[in-house]
Amino acid sequence: MTLALPRGAGLWIALAALIAVSSFVSPHFLNPTNLLNVLRQVALYGILGVGMTFVILTRGIDLSVGSIVAFSGVLGATLMEQGFPIPATVACSLAAGTVMGVVNGLGVAYWRIPAFIMTLGSMVMIRGFGLMLADGGTVNPGKAADNFFWLGGGYLLGIPTPIYVFSLVCLIAYGVLSHTTFGRAIFAVGSNDEAARLSGINVPLTTFAVYAICGFLAALSGLIFLSRLSVGDPNSGLGLELEAITIAVIGGTSLFGGEGGVSGTIGGAMVLAIIANVLNLAGVSPFSQQVVKGAIIILAVLLETGRKRRN
Amino acid sequence: MPEAAETVLRLDGISKSFPGVRALSDVTFSLARGEIRALVGENGAGKSTLMKILSGAYVADAGRIEVFSEALTRPSPAAMIARGVAVIYQELAQAPHLTVAENIFLGRLPRKGLRIDWPAARARTAEVMQRLGFDIDPAARLQDLSVARRQMVEIAKALVRDARIIVLDEPSAVLAQAEIDQLFALVKRLARENGVAFVYISHRLGEVFALADTVTVLRDGKAVFDGKASDLNTQILIRHMVGRDMGDVYPKRRTKPGTVVLETKGLSDRTFLREASITLRKGEIVGLFGLAGAGRTELLRTLFGAEHPSAGMIEVAGAPASLRKPRDGIANGLGLLPEDRKTQGLFLIQSVGFNILSASLSRVSDHGIISARRERETVRAQIDRLSVKTPSAGAAVQNLSGGNQQKCVFARLVAADCQILLADEPTRGVDVGAKREIYDLLVELAASRELAVLMASSELPEVLGICDRLYVMREGRVVKELDARATSEEEVMTYAALH
Repeated sequence: MTLALPRGAGLWIALAALIAVSSFVSPHFLNPTNLLNVLRQVALYGILGVGMTFVILTRGIDLSVGSIVAFSGVLGATLMEQGFPIPATVACSLAAGTVMGVVNGLGVAYWRIPAFIMTLGSMVMIRGFGLMLADGGTVNPGKAADNFFWLGGGYLLGIPTPIYVFSLVCLIAYGVLSHTTFGRAIFAVGSNDEAARLSGINVPLTTFAVYAICGFLAALSGLIFLSRLSVGDPNSGLGLELEAITIAVIGGTSLFGGEGGVSGTIGGAMVLAIIANVLNLAGVSPFSQQVVKGAIIILAVLLETGRKRRN
Repeated sequence: MPEAAETVLRLDGISKSFPGVRALSDVTFSLARGEIRALVGENGAGKSTLMKILSGAYVADAGRIEVFSEALTRPSPAAMIARGVAVIYQELAQAPHLTVAENIFLGRLPRKGLRIDWPAARARTAEVMQRLGFDIDPAARLQDLSVARRQMVEIAKALVRDARIIVLDEPSAVLAQAEIDQLFALVKRLARENGVAFVYISHRLGEVFALADTVTVLRDGKAVFDGKASDLNTQILIRHMVGRDMGDVYPKRRTKPGTVVLETKGLSDRTFLREASITLRKGEIVGLFGLAGAGRTELLRTLFGAEHPSAGMIEVAGAPASLRKPRDGIANGLGLLPEDRKTQGLFLIQSVGFNILSASLSRVSDHGIISARRERETVRAQIDRLSVKTPSAGAAVQNLSGGNQQKCVFARLVAADCQILLADEPTRGVDVGAKREIYDLLVELAASRELAVLMASSELPEVLGICDRLYVMREGRVVKELDARATSEEEVMTYAALH
């Protein structure tokens, strides 16, 4: 390609091409109901993607988000079953997810455990906690929770509620990354942690904080999943960490840290959701869909490294 | 060295340039069978470039290389190894988790069919070790050996590969005296008994006389002396090494030092520093000179709070300061320009503005929210003040030249309102023109902002050229304080290099 494109432009061109191809493949694709469904998927996975973007920007990784999603869902269902009011349930689940993120952060930032190992361990442990809490089965939050299902399945002004939640998350995340000293510290730590330290940036605290944020957003996403599924399932959310990493990477966030951002992550979530949707519409089996998704990750990184080499 | 011995290596008119730097020009030297030739010169004189040409890593721009009377048309690492030339680097290229035998036969382990023949590998290693008189277990892991022994393993490896010419790159820098003696005995024995020829790179002058038959002195990329070691003494050798015309490489300056801003007493750490005591006044530029490993970097990093002292005290502006982390250093008005710009100084993939502002984010923000306007103004002001040549504040810093990258790090320190500038090799890796700009910058900062500058450097002329005073370091100690205008390169080198 001889055309010099600004960074990230490739993603939006790919997205436009994907939409064009999708509308050609299936006449139902551009149907408003379908599009809103796609957007709901974008929101569900995108929230995780944003959390993962924070972590990857510091050159880290968080494999535990899928487990946190399941745990916070099971916890939420259990609390509602016990008669907790909805606001208290939401607060408890979010707090639990944040605490799990905090533990990841302590491990990576202060105990110097490699992020991959730390979050691999916590991924398995948290999955275990969920199974223990649900006693191996699923938890039905009961009749009291009917109002809660509005969070994941409801509409406001004709638009699914998760989209509002996702938009708010993106706005805040964008503001933090672009306009705060904390955001600057995240990029600094990810591009050169020694230079960051010598610049007086609190490297451990910054690293710690991104894992806490990621845990919080995973719990938020877990609550939305709970309200969609209407049961707390400790086996839900399997492989979601890979989904989140894929979204961030397709969105142009570099696995080597210091490069990327929220707008790319939104695009990444859209690409992934549209591909899943159009493959469904076209009647492609879920098994083949896996193959396609995997190939897309490799392709996205290949294009990215190609761009870097040209520079 | 036997007279009229066979010439094994001959370099004729070797030149090599890098963008902005002429690293070697018209260097000629030859090496006879069994000869030990010392290659000496200051940092930047061209020693490492010459060594890389010998290893085949660099190809000379001009000149010819003959190994055993065969002219090499296409020098490459493989070609040099095949002809028996082995280069042993200071940073040993070894696999620390593997055993001695595996390292020695790395890539050429004896085989029995498809399987590796371990008994044969160990037996051959033991045989080589015995022949060399080394008491090293072939089955020992390299990481469990001392540096000196690892070096011996590397020499054994070279001999197993039939090396007839061995280049040693400052091997003694990492060795204790007893180990150095051991190494010298080995080198001499291999030269006398086996006819191996050595090129021994060093800047420790005492070693030259203890070991070498012949000496080549490099200065500014030229061979300024080539002759017998017995024709030299320390004085003459130092003159050959440093003698140069300073011209107007260095800016003229006049200083009136102010109050004491930084003082250390008996500063030590667990590894390098030994009771270092220095004083720094407002508006003055003080040099910190020493050879590699003298502890300059450690002293600067300890002053900044990046390393922890084990004993001693630091006073900033007359009051004891507790500097436990770089943030404390910055809060106390200290600024460190690190030794390695790329790995410690810059955020290479980020913009010029990002790099300039990274240490002063709190100055352009309120409650953690950055003011875009103040950010832009600060960055603009620094780019103008330090004349950083960049297409824009948003350009990636990795696309700038070395000198301009270094200015970005300076700009960061100035933006953070640094009062005491700790500069570690400020002109390393920048070309000659940019050096002058950096000197001007240091002089200007010291004069106009009354900054105190402590500048560590291994380039003696620059220390003498722009500093008011200098401290000479050796083996972690500050051994001498000198008036930069009243001393000579010979005098400084005497304190830095002689034991």
